[in-house]
Amino acid sequence: MDKEPSFKKNPLSLQIDLSKFSQESFAPATEEEKRQQDVMGESTTFFKDGMRKLFRNPLAVMSIIFICLILLVIIFAPMVVPYKYEEILSVEGRRDKGAKNLAPFTYSELEQKYIENGGTRFPHIFGTDEMCRDYFIRVVYGTRVSFFIGLFAAIIVLIIGMLYGSISGYLGGKVDLIMMRIVDIIYSLPDMLMIILLSVVLQETLQFPSGTFLARLGTSMVSLFIVFGLLYWVGMARLIRGQILSIKENEYILAARSIGAKPGRIIRKHILPNCLSVIIISTALQIPSAIFTESFLSFVGIGVKAPMPSLGSLANAAREGLQSYPYKLVFPAVMICLIVLSLNLLGDGLRDAFDPKLKR
Amino acid sequence: MSETLVEVRNLKQYFPVKVGFVKTIPLKAVDDISFTIGKGETLGLVGESGCGKTTAGRSILRLYKPTGGEVIFDGELITDSNITRMRKKMQMVFQDPYSSLDPRMTVEDIIGEPLDVHKLCANRKERRERILELMEIVGLNAEHATRYAHEFSGGQRQRIGIARALAVRPEFIVCDEPVSALDVSIQAQVINMFEELQDKLGVAYLFIAHDLLVVHHISKRIAVMYLGKIVEIADADELNGHPIHPYTESLLSAVPIPDPDVTRARKRIILEGDVPSPLKRPSGCPFRTRCRYATEQCAEECPTLTDRGGGHEVACWVK
Repeated sequence: MDKEPSFKKNPLSLQIDLSKFSQESFAPATEEEKRQQDVMGESTTFFKDGMRKLFRNPLAVMSIIFICLILLVIIFAPMVVPYKYEEILSVEGRRDKGAKNLAPFTYSELEQKYIENGGTRFPHIFGTDEMCRDYFIRVVYGTRVSFFIGLFAAIIVLIIGMLYGSISGYLGGKVDLIMMRIVDIIYSLPDMLMIILLSVVLQETLQFPSGTFLARLGTSMVSLFIVFGLLYWVGMARLIRGQILSIKENEYILAARSIGAKPGRIIRKHILPNCLSVIIISTALQIPSAIFTESFLSFVGIGVKAPMPSLGSLANAAREGLQSYPYKLVFPAVMICLIVLSLNLLGDGLRDAFDPKLKR
Repeated sequence: MSETLVEVRNLKQYFPVKVGFVKTIPLKAVDDISFTIGKGETLGLVGESGCGKTTAGRSILRLYKPTGGEVIFDGELITDSNITRMRKKMQMVFQDPYSSLDPRMTVEDIIGEPLDVHKLCANRKERRERILELMEIVGLNAEHATRYAHEFSGGQRQRIGIARALAVRPEFIVCDEPVSALDVSIQAQVINMFEELQDKLGVAYLFIAHDLLVVHHISKRIAVMYLGKIVEIADADELNGHPIHPYTESLLSAVPIPDPDVTRARKRIILEGDVPSPLKRPSGCPFRTRCRYATEQCAEECPTLTDRGGGHEVACWVK
């Protein structure tokens, strides 16, 4: 009889058992199947891609969360806490003289009596200061002022520095030479002296009609912004000029020129996006530096006017009673540290996320 | 010969070089070159590195302001005032596909930029269609449009660069060593693509390269440059078969031939010394310091291009 030879397969054999496969297994792949094999990452826009990478960076996410938290607190805390930053504590219309330099979450004698009699009193979360004012709300307002000044100073510096630096770097040659000598002159002025002189002069001369936005800001703050606008842009301008000088040499700039693109378009579309990472990080670093300068000026007495607090003036005021009430220095100092640290980490994260050259 | 498209007349490009504190001397990167390119024709431009090939290409497109001479495109003299309009007709493909594409832009934006600059598309849909059409011409997939340049290989990037140059439907493209940064296998693909595009679209090329084989493959005519001057210009086959200028001779003797018998039999002409610095050009003929046949006349007077029959022009006193 004609029988198909059957072999018993050795269980240890590595030979492929063909009987397990049908003819269809060897059919060529269809177009669709081939496309499925394409190993290509999903395509995203520049912004989306950057944000995705930013949110994968744990440090950056933590600092974003922290900054958001601070922003929420400085916006909503004044609505919740019943005290005002310049308000001297009083109980039922009587000035509370015992509420001086209270420790966190404690009450003065008057307040304790009031609570025993069935009244409710909002706790002094950070205690009180030497003028019987609630310290928590003062720190919140101080953070508000410092944040505001830092942010606006950075924006002013960014706008002026970017315009000046990009024009100087792009045009090059004699224009660059003259523009950079002006920067050198401003750079060589002792900036603290200039700031003090300018703020004194500006505070004397600036008079805003009451009721306007500028008047509510206060002359001292406006003069601070002017000082930043006049002096602090030079670093940014130099940085951007240097970046542009190196980017300008790239062939894609030449390619854009050969297409017929105008200088304005080349700066906007090619040069600035390519130095974006540097701009982002230095702007993020500009905010803490502005906060520091503001604290210094508050200390000298020409920054924010009392009773308006800022983190710097709070920390300086706390130095007097440092041995007895160290927490009064700790709160504003920790606040400054955390703000500066989170802004720096966020700046780093943004740079890593938005620089395609760093793409791994 | 076909109708003339580009005519370069006595083009000079000098760059000031500072020596000492205030004194500057001119570096003659391109010194008095003239040639013509016909419609749909390719002129190869060869020479060793630093001889001014790239500068010549860029001066023709006015990416540098020429020191002297003129370029006439399709009967119209190119000046500063009409250059923006002329850029629609003449484009450039760059040598380095890595640095010539903006890393911040998607392929769609890179190819679309010439369309935006010259406002060639009425709306977004039209722009998109034109970009996809261009990508198809150069052999890229439509789904690549939203990707960034750094996601591509060298050959693909060069295709993007070519698509960008083609976007404005130019009649003339300066190809500045478009294949020298690519792998040999990719080189062939890209060169064949250049040829196909010429057949399809009828563009003329100025094909700059230092590889004689590549240039011979693609060009109708070839010009040989040495130290900023054209020393010989002839039809591709004529130049390959009967080089006259001693520099061309030595260049050709260095081209590898895939036949061991021929290679063994032929004599390699090895030039002695280095290319002189363009700041200290030899008097008379620039090549005389390395030339086997140099005579006294060569040191005194610079030879000009003279026709030796059939459009074969050579600048040499001896041969």
